[in-house]
Amino acid sequence: MDTNVTIKKLSHRFPGAIIATHSFRGDDTAVVNKESILEICTFLRDDQDLLYNMMMDLTAVDYLGREPRFEVVYHLYSLKHNRRVRIKAGVSEADATIDSIVAVWVGANWFEREAFDMYGITFKGHPEMRRILLYEGFEGHPLRKDYPIKKRQPLIGPVN
Amino acid sequence: MGVTLGKGSASRTIVPGSATSDGPERLLDGSVILTKLQAAVNWGRKYSFFLYPFVTACCGMEFMSVAGPKYDLDRFGAALPRFSPRQADLLMVVGTISHKQAPILVKVYNQMVEPKWVFAFGVCAVSGGFYDNYSVVQGIDTLIPVDVYVPGCPPRPEMVLDGLLKLQEKVAKERWSDWPRGAAPVTKC
Repeated sequence: MDTNVTIKKLSHRFPGAIIATHSFRGDDTAVVNKESILEICTFLRDDQDLLYNMMMDLTAVDYLGREPRFEVVYHLYSLKHNRRVRIKAGVSEADATIDSIVAVWVGANWFEREAFDMYGITFKGHPEMRRILLYEGFEGHPLRKDYPIKKRQPLIGPVN
Repeated sequence: MGVTLGKGSASRTIVPGSATSDGPERLLDGSVILTKLQAAVNWGRKYSFFLYPFVTACCGMEFMSVAGPKYDLDRFGAALPRFSPRQADLLMVVGTISHKQAPILVKVYNQMVEPKWVFAFGVCAVSGGFYDNYSVVQGIDTLIPVDVYVPGCPPRPEMVLDGLLKLQEKVAKERWSDWPRGAAPVTKC
């Protein structure tokens, strides 16, 4: 089995959107342009040689001090071909938005809400873009590296 | 009422909250007990806590241990967990209280009828413990009044029993004017 088939097909299909690729022992990673994420995901799901029909994980990383500061990470799995791929898309702090992929995999819904909750990245086109784990009235996004470690929330009295 | 009644000078009368009632009782041949109503009520209260176990975390396993037959809270009268706060008078806060849990804890406290007492079980309930982070209440006394703090992660059953005895000592000293305490001071959540 050609383990690089995903990266080859992606590079061939989206020559301008693939910023970097990486492959190690069958573990494929592609860093992509965030503007193309919806197209790329649709392609990965529908192409007959790929068929990534399962979105296993969606999360974000805060690389404070780097540009782009955030990175949204997608882990996909193809049940048909028993193959995995990791897609990363950089998101800048000034424009912390990226297209939602709920239209491609419905299961991304809560993952995107969690990423919004913890990192403040807005997913455009998401059907219900609001906090999922924290509560309404929470100030800030706690998994950002510059969230003050001793910050107290105003919900319950002055102490907490 | 936990007293030994008997005739003659050999009898010993133990009356809660009173050291001077031996005389008239002896005159009446040990057939009555004289005490202050408040002392008698406190004595009744301290040996008949009805618990509401507000169990949110791993301390719950320790609570089960201390409530079970080996350590046996029933020896101290605090045996019967009530699963409605309206039937309970001792709120056992067992475990970590997150911000999202905080309004529920306050509501449960306010639903309990007075007199009521609060037992902070474990270091998370006492001060937040090592969860000094964005989502955990830094001690339940920021939300509701607390009578007994038992730290530990988790506390040993002996510590819990000692805390219960401390609470009994506190209840024995209460006055009518200590009640009612009113609703929890926190209203925002």
